[in-house]
Amino acid sequence: MTNYLDTPLFGIFLSLIAFQIGMYVNKRTKMAIFSPLVIALIIVISTLNFFHIDYEIFNKGGSIITFFLGPATVILAVPLYKQINRLKDSAVPILIGIIVGSSFSIISVIVLGKMFGLTEVVIKSLVPKATTTAISQELSAQIGGIPAITIAGTMVNGIFGNLMGVYIMKFFKIKDKEAVGVALGTTSHAVGTAKAMELGEVQGGMSSLSISIAGIVTVFLAPILIKLLMG
Amino acid sequence: MGVLIVPFLYNQEGGLMRVFKELAIIVGILLFSYVIQQLTKMPVPAPVLGMIILLLSLLLGVVKLEDIELVSRFFLDHLTFLFVPSGVGLMVVWGIIKDQWIIIFLISLLTTILAMGITGITVQLIKGNKGGDK
Repeated sequence: MTNYLDTPLFGIFLSLIAFQIGMYVNKRTKMAIFSPLVIALIIVISTLNFFHIDYEIFNKGGSIITFFLGPATVILAVPLYKQINRLKDSAVPILIGIIVGSSFSIISVIVLGKMFGLTEVVIKSLVPKATTTAISQELSAQIGGIPAITIAGTMVNGIFGNLMGVYIMKFFKIKDKEAVGVALGTTSHAVGTAKAMELGEVQGGMSSLSISIAGIVTVFLAPILIKLLMG
Repeated sequence: MGVLIVPFLYNQEGGLMRVFKELAIIVGILLFSYVIQQLTKMPVPAPVLGMIILLLSLLLGVVKLEDIELVSRFFLDHLTFLFVPSGVGLMVVWGIIKDQWIIIFLISLLTTILAMGITGITVQLIKGNKGGDK
């Protein structure tokens, strides 16, 4: 059967159907853990495993979809541009917060990863995970990680931040609205921003602003910190 | 993609003509970034470089938001879908991480909690030190 599916159409069709189902389930349950992406991945992987179809066959179409991540990443400048006037009032605390948060995220992954004996390639895959998926998976490939592992880590960050963000803020006694937004956007990207938007306009705007800035900061810091800490 | 894009575009003013111009701007920036990245060998992914160039172009007024409105809305609304194939790649690399996945998962949780806390505390502290201005 695999021979007949040896066309890009198969991968594109399966991805479209799986994502449609994912969006339907997400709309019904309205839970971050049932994100359309998580459900789509479960459906596609189960289908391929069940019918013994190779990833290479799927990825003939898959790679065409992945290609569009390039232009999509460029376009992330648009939400950043729309929110950039929010920087005017307290640019210094926000930018320092993002730089400290992003650095800490990278360093903690490397230190904990080494402590628990993860392999170098896995650690490098996890380093960019706090940034938005478009950036994290590009960066992962750049620094010698495996983008698929990075995407899994990025999803954990986003979903966990969305579900637990409010409690984490309470635990660390973070009450300032801008601080809450920056913290969510810097560490849980767009999925965390969805929660920030529920909390309020300031939080949502700050979070959305922080996504792209954290991405840029991480892209520049990650190679340096990896060199310093992993030699 | 075509199935998604066609009805969306016909509903817009200016129709398909505008979309070609918009796509040309984005693809042009990306191509330029790619060439720069190849020439300088800088360790920044070309799309991220493209994002910075587009941001600067918007700030300088070289590109206006309206110039890329349709294409940007389309991509931002459907961004998550584009991650499906790369995510499916997890099944290929599962062999590498299957013995350690619980550790990887726990490290992901722990670093998220700590990084989130540190980020928020930093912003709050620096804002507080400035004399409480909102």
